[in-house]
Amino acid sequence: MTKRFALGIFEDEDVLLHAIDNVRGAGVKIYDVFSPYPVHGIDDALGIERSRLPIAAFFYGMCGLAFALWMQIYMLGFDWPMIIGGKPNIALPAFIPVSFELTVFFTCHGMVITFYTICKLYPRIKTPVLDARSTDDKFVMAIELDENSSQLPQLTQLLRTNGASEVNQKEMTKF
Amino acid sequence: MQHVSPVREPLITSGKTYHDVTQDICYQVEAAPNIRWMSALGVALVLLGVFLYSVYRTLWYGIGEWGLNKTIGWAWDITNFVWWVGIGHAGTLISAVLLLFRQKWRSSINRAAEAMTIFAVICAAMFPVLHMGRPWLAFWVFPFQNTFGSLWVNFNSPLLWDVFAISTYFTVSLVFWYTGLVPDFATIRDRAKGKIAKVSYSLLSMGWTGSAKHWSRYETVSLILAGVSTPLVLSVHTIVSMDFATSVVPGWHTTIFPPYFVAGAIFSGFAMVLTLMLITRVVFKLEDYITLEHIALMNKIMMVTGSIVGVAYITEFFIAWYSQVEYEQYAFINRATGPYWWAYASMMTCNVITPQLVWFRRVRYSIVLTFILSIIVNIGMWFERFVIIVTSLHRDYLPSSWAMFSPTRIDVGIYVGTIGLFFTLFLLFAKFFPVINMAEVKAILKYTVNDGPTYGGANDGSQQASRRIAPGPFATPGVPASAPVNYDKHD
Repeated sequence: MTKRFALGIFEDEDVLLHAIDNVRGAGVKIYDVFSPYPVHGIDDALGIERSRLPIAAFFYGMCGLAFALWMQIYMLGFDWPMIIGGKPNIALPAFIPVSFELTVFFTCHGMVITFYTICKLYPRIKTPVLDARSTDDKFVMAIELDENSSQLPQLTQLLRTNGASEVNQKEMTKF
Repeated sequence: MQHVSPVREPLITSGKTYHDVTQDICYQVEAAPNIRWMSALGVALVLLGVFLYSVYRTLWYGIGEWGLNKTIGWAWDITNFVWWVGIGHAGTLISAVLLLFRQKWRSSINRAAEAMTIFAVICAAMFPVLHMGRPWLAFWVFPFQNTFGSLWVNFNSPLLWDVFAISTYFTVSLVFWYTGLVPDFATIRDRAKGKIAKVSYSLLSMGWTGSAKHWSRYETVSLILAGVSTPLVLSVHTIVSMDFATSVVPGWHTTIFPPYFVAGAIFSGFAMVLTLMLITRVVFKLEDYITLEHIALMNKIMMVTGSIVGVAYITEFFIAWYSQVEYEQYAFINRATGPYWWAYASMMTCNVITPQLVWFRRVRYSIVLTFILSIIVNIGMWFERFVIIVTSLHRDYLPSSWAMFSPTRIDVGIYVGTIGLFFTLFLLFAKFFPVINMAEVKAILKYTVNDGPTYGGANDGSQQASRRIAPGPFATPGVPASAPVNYDKHD
């Protein structure tokens, strides 16, 4: 599917943040903003909700803890009980280190896998980038256009007055 | 609207713009390797050859190739293991702990420090695996459904805790490092001219576009990874110290070991970070990113942790006397005055006296002195582990089994060889990966850059202040550069 975009190119993060406020205030829907680094305050400006990744991370951590405890208690307590140094078979204080490590292991890897999955990040040969300068030094605001780009002159005017240094049009087929 | 702090030193000098950052960091990735890099890699590869030869001898002829004997069953191998793991800890400290404390200066050094962590852990892992004698059965350390015998692994053993700690530490550090690299790979991908470079950096960058939503999640992930890495890094060296502390060997059986080892790890790690950074900034001309201010800050951390280590040495001695345990007392007197007194003396000189020199501003801001100090600390911390391990083992409860340890050529070869392995990996990293986190540096750039030359260490406030008010490259159109500084949005 081909989509058309108006791309407002900005040079400065503060100008960008003001422009986002004004563009959204004018009732225009912003498709996405691409920046070379995380701009603080952009989440609020764009209305991006707080990520629920921390909840997922907590859940993964609990899974790790449960798995570690089950593994150690089952293996040493039930599957093959053995007296080690005269201690009880289920010596919980001695199980703390491995339980902690596995909690961290599951938290980290579970969360990172979730992050790559929900952001649809995976190794690919060609990456669809709207403006290659957005990973270098430019802040790119993308606004989706309709079939005949009828809003383009209006948008150009709006973006220009809000500090965009250029306004370009770009078509993108693959996402 | 250039935000400049009236009290803090700028972190990035020479008035860099975003594009300058991209240009400077990508330059070494895109340009042909220079002669200094090639010759350094040559030396590293020779040492790697020494490593491979020593490993071959160890595997073919067995552990008898090492200088171990019945009394001293652990010597250089475990010394080197603890040394390397300790070095790795500074990387995590910089990337995780300093992130949580919002120390923005970490941005210039965290990438290389994390790489150092990963390579140091790889080097460390070589030693226990080789000491197994049959490294192809190394997977037996994990709790496999045991079809070879009838036992599970012993979860009460600190050595097993170490397996879990080091594996978790390695994989978590690797993932943390890689996730941080993804946006920078995207920058290189979008600049790449050649086809191979374009495809490989595209694969590495996982299709990163810098979308606001992705950045938002990325920041969340970084924060949580930092949150879990902080206790992780403390736990790893705590567990390493428990390899010793849970035994009943005089000199090892002490409760002070966990904090003492963690402080020692950070101490030696920062020494290694300084060694590497001082070389990297010269080889890749990164003086504007890794400034004297960074070096001074790292020196301060080295001084604090070095002082903690010094206090720990004295505490150990005091407790040995205070415990009134004859064996414990002998172990410590033997350390200081016995046949290994020279190792003890080197340890004390390098680790207790050297970091105190950093109190002097002139030392802290001197590149040459810092470099020398960092090397001395690296040597001292190696001796610390040697002293703890060998002097405690060589004279135990039974005088008839007292012995001395002397390393063989293979012992030395493996140790020197891992340094070759480490530098080979580090040099390859420095050539093909962005050595400084571009995205993070750009994020702090607007608030920390100055227009003046690299800060020289002099305290002439007047000149500095006038320089800072000069309009920088980020002056917002329509806003005078001297407009009141507004922090509320960003901090």
